[in-house]
Amino acid sequence: MNSRFKTQYSKSKVVGLYLLLVMTILYCAGPLLWQFITSLKPDTEVIRMPPLLPQDATLDHYVSIFEGHPFLRIILNSAVVASLTTLLSLIIGSLAAFGLAKLDIKYKALILGFVLSVSMFPPIATVSPLYIIIRSLGLRDTWWALILTYTTFSLPLSIWILTNFFREVPDEIYRAARVDGCSPFQTFYKIMLPLAAPGIVTTAILVFIFSWNEFLFALTFTSTPASRTIPVGIALFPGLHEIPWGDIAAASLVVTIPLIILVFVFQRRIIEGLTAGAVKG
Amino acid sequence: MRAKENGYGFIIPSLVLLSLVTIYPLIYVFYLSLYRRLLIFDLSRFVGFENYLFLFRDDRFWNALKNTAYFTVMSVSLELLLGLFMAILLNRTFRFKGMMRAIILIPWAIPTVVSAKMWEWMYNTDFGVLNYILGMKINWLGSPFWAMNAAIFMDVWKTTPFVAILLMAGLQVIPQEIYHAARVDGAGSFAIFRKITLPLLKPVILVVLLFRTLDAFRVFDAIYVLTGGGPANTTETLSIYAYKVLFQTLQFGYGSALSVVIFLCIGSISIFYIRLLSKGIKQ
Amino acid sequence: MAEIRFEKVKKRFKDVMVIRELTLTINSGEFFVFVGPSGCGKSTILNMIAGLESATEGNIYFDSTMVNDLSPKERDVAMVFQSYALYPHMTVFENMAFPLRMQKTSREIIGKEVERVASILGLKELLHRRPKELSGGQRQRVALGRAIIRQPKVFLMDEPLSNLDARLRVEMRSELKMLHQELKITTIYVTHDQAEAMSLADRMAVLSKGEIQQCGAPTDIYLKPANIFVAGFIGSPPMSFFRCAVKKHQPLEIDINGFIILPSVEAIPEGDGVVAGIRPEDITVADQRLERDIEDTVSIEFIEPVGAFSWADVIWGGAKVRGILDFKGKGPEIGENAIIRVPKDKVILFDPDSGRRL
Repeated sequence: MNSRFKTQYSKSKVVGLYLLLVMTILYCAGPLLWQFITSLKPDTEVIRMPPLLPQDATLDHYVSIFEGHPFLRIILNSAVVASLTTLLSLIIGSLAAFGLAKLDIKYKALILGFVLSVSMFPPIATVSPLYIIIRSLGLRDTWWALILTYTTFSLPLSIWILTNFFREVPDEIYRAARVDGCSPFQTFYKIMLPLAAPGIVTTAILVFIFSWNEFLFALTFTSTPASRTIPVGIALFPGLHEIPWGDIAAASLVVTIPLIILVFVFQRRIIEGLTAGAVKG
Repeated sequence: MRAKENGYGFIIPSLVLLSLVTIYPLIYVFYLSLYRRLLIFDLSRFVGFENYLFLFRDDRFWNALKNTAYFTVMSVSLELLLGLFMAILLNRTFRFKGMMRAIILIPWAIPTVVSAKMWEWMYNTDFGVLNYILGMKINWLGSPFWAMNAAIFMDVWKTTPFVAILLMAGLQVIPQEIYHAARVDGAGSFAIFRKITLPLLKPVILVVLLFRTLDAFRVFDAIYVLTGGGPANTTETLSIYAYKVLFQTLQFGYGSALSVVIFLCIGSISIFYIRLLSKGIKQ
Repeated sequence: MAEIRFEKVKKRFKDVMVIRELTLTINSGEFFVFVGPSGCGKSTILNMIAGLESATEGNIYFDSTMVNDLSPKERDVAMVFQSYALYPHMTVFENMAFPLRMQKTSREIIGKEVERVASILGLKELLHRRPKELSGGQRQRVALGRAIIRQPKVFLMDEPLSNLDARLRVEMRSELKMLHQELKITTIYVTHDQAEAMSLADRMAVLSKGEIQQCGAPTDIYLKPANIFVAGFIGSPPMSFFRCAVKKHQPLEIDINGFIILPSVEAIPEGDGVVAGIRPEDITVADQRLERDIEDTVSIEFIEPVGAFSWADVIWGGAKVRGILDFKGKGPEIGENAIIRVPKDKVILFDPDSGRRL
């Protein structure tokens, strides 16, 4: 009689668990799903009450966001800025991380502390002077204004993650490479970099997502679709009389899908990167 | 053993970039705050600390500070509670763990602006799905009472997964044997949670608190898109106010003073948390 | 091949003097061993020879060239590390080829050389594996291969056998010695295992806390230890020590646990006390008296058989002493009485304050 009682108890627990899981899935993916449904409704159905599944599902919105406004250009801007930022951040960050993890530097702890503190700066504090500087350099409304800013603000993240990865490579491997004839720089790119490859992937993903999603600087430094990035493009989505909710929904999906794919493919790496330092640190 | 070769060459590019793009502007913004400066007309007059004196008597500043504080406290508390709940839920080993972790990352991965637009549509008074489900006609974004809470809820939705993931990592470090030992010692689930899980999670919770408090205090994207600071400045946070002063009224002097004050606030919060953290580490 | 000379070399790390003044010449082609307990500074010395650490003071010479400012690459040294330090992302072939690639050797020559070294070390079938697929012994040989492929001036080995199991360790010891005899390259070896040092070294230096206690051939150090530290460190099981009173200075008479001996020394002790040391190998725990040497009745505390013979632990003069069990009849039991026999000429005397041998 005892065993029967036990299985009953755990069964209801399991059911409860799965229920909570389903609720969690709805909670996380629900809004996006709703946006997707909205994007498939023709304009007339969008504002129909009650809001239900589309009866005349259409892909019109996905087409119209590209006609009439330079949405393609905006996507291109984001892609270029995010890619170049990731590349630069990786190069500069990995060099610094290598130096901090393996080589002799005075006040190392101080430097790491300084780098970390930059990640705590409120962007609004640097917006006004940076705006003036960028304007005077003639970089307003260009990709480079954003690339330089993003690279710098993503350095704490890159340096933090990569320093941890470099630290895990045993010191003796560095010494063996030196004895085998490598200069410190050769040791860096022939030995250390390949061994820290997972960290590079993680950092690249996180920096890319950060650049793709950044808003304040993009809003301030760009003025036309020539260099406008996606977040600004969506925020300032043009609408004549009424807000084109269907178009906005379609645009939202278009820019979010690549990120969702990234997340699903690399979820382990992403989580590794996000928790590095939080738990060990 | 530290290598004898020095690494200065390796860190110089980073230090140069960081100094140029963060340190130099910080000094510059302080310098700007000592002037009265209208951007387009390039009028500029040195006024010393006048901007700061004005700031302390500026009701709108205090309102923004109050809003920011309210947003931060509510947001972070809710995230922590929900995130803890999610973390414990998902920590049970079972089949779909990988898929679940990917799914809960969705809100985190979506650009804040995009999710703000998403919620703006769901919050729509007449056609939003939220009002439909609740069977009500609440003006979420237009009513002074609801707007801030709607913004808070959206922010909580977006960042709870991040909190959950960090807490999960912290949970995984706790060895199973400790739970077994506690069970053998006669502790029930809730006691285990209070006396074992929570204390062992404390360092991770502190780190999470630090990052989330700073992020919440600096909030800009979500509110700018969702409410623009309205209605009647009820959702205007410090960053939004500073931004408006700078780029809508073009008062770069006063706007810079606001920026400096915001920076000092963030700095104090950081120092406070870091002190707490290092005390926690020493234990 | 190179002669390595240390001239008044000191190394300070923060506030700690890791190496006090070191002046030493290692002969060309020699197998030289630095031995000592952990923290004595032996790995630091190796790193200074390699160029991985720089000396705080003093000069290091390879033959007649001062190498203080030369990088490891310029010094032409090869090193085998305790953890082998193989490049995990490269195959065995690539690991061994790496030093030659850094020297910009042509691909053909690299191929030939790797084959050659692989045959010497029995690695031919493993050339395409990665380090993580190899056993400890195999990894160690790859590390060796990476070192010898360059035919450097000096071989440096930092406790390369510590991570192997006991049997492999003994096997590799003889392989290393044979390799050295073939290649005749100056080899500097660091270990904490005194037995290893004794079996491998042409000459060795015993280190403690950054200072050389004694330097010489293994047998000299064993028979004539310079001080108490060396006497206690070299030889296993370790030497037993007794505090003794000086009965007379000229001629020297020592009272060791109630027995008077007249030892021959190189220096007369100044005070009234000395420390006497005897090695367990020289002590016998027997059941019969021979009426010569020092003999005393003791009771057996513990017996440890090692196969060919057994050690017996007894208490003598208030201290636990170990000796070789020599019972003609049946083996004794714990608690039984026995005779401890100490040969007078095997007693080594030390100054109680400085620790130096008399």
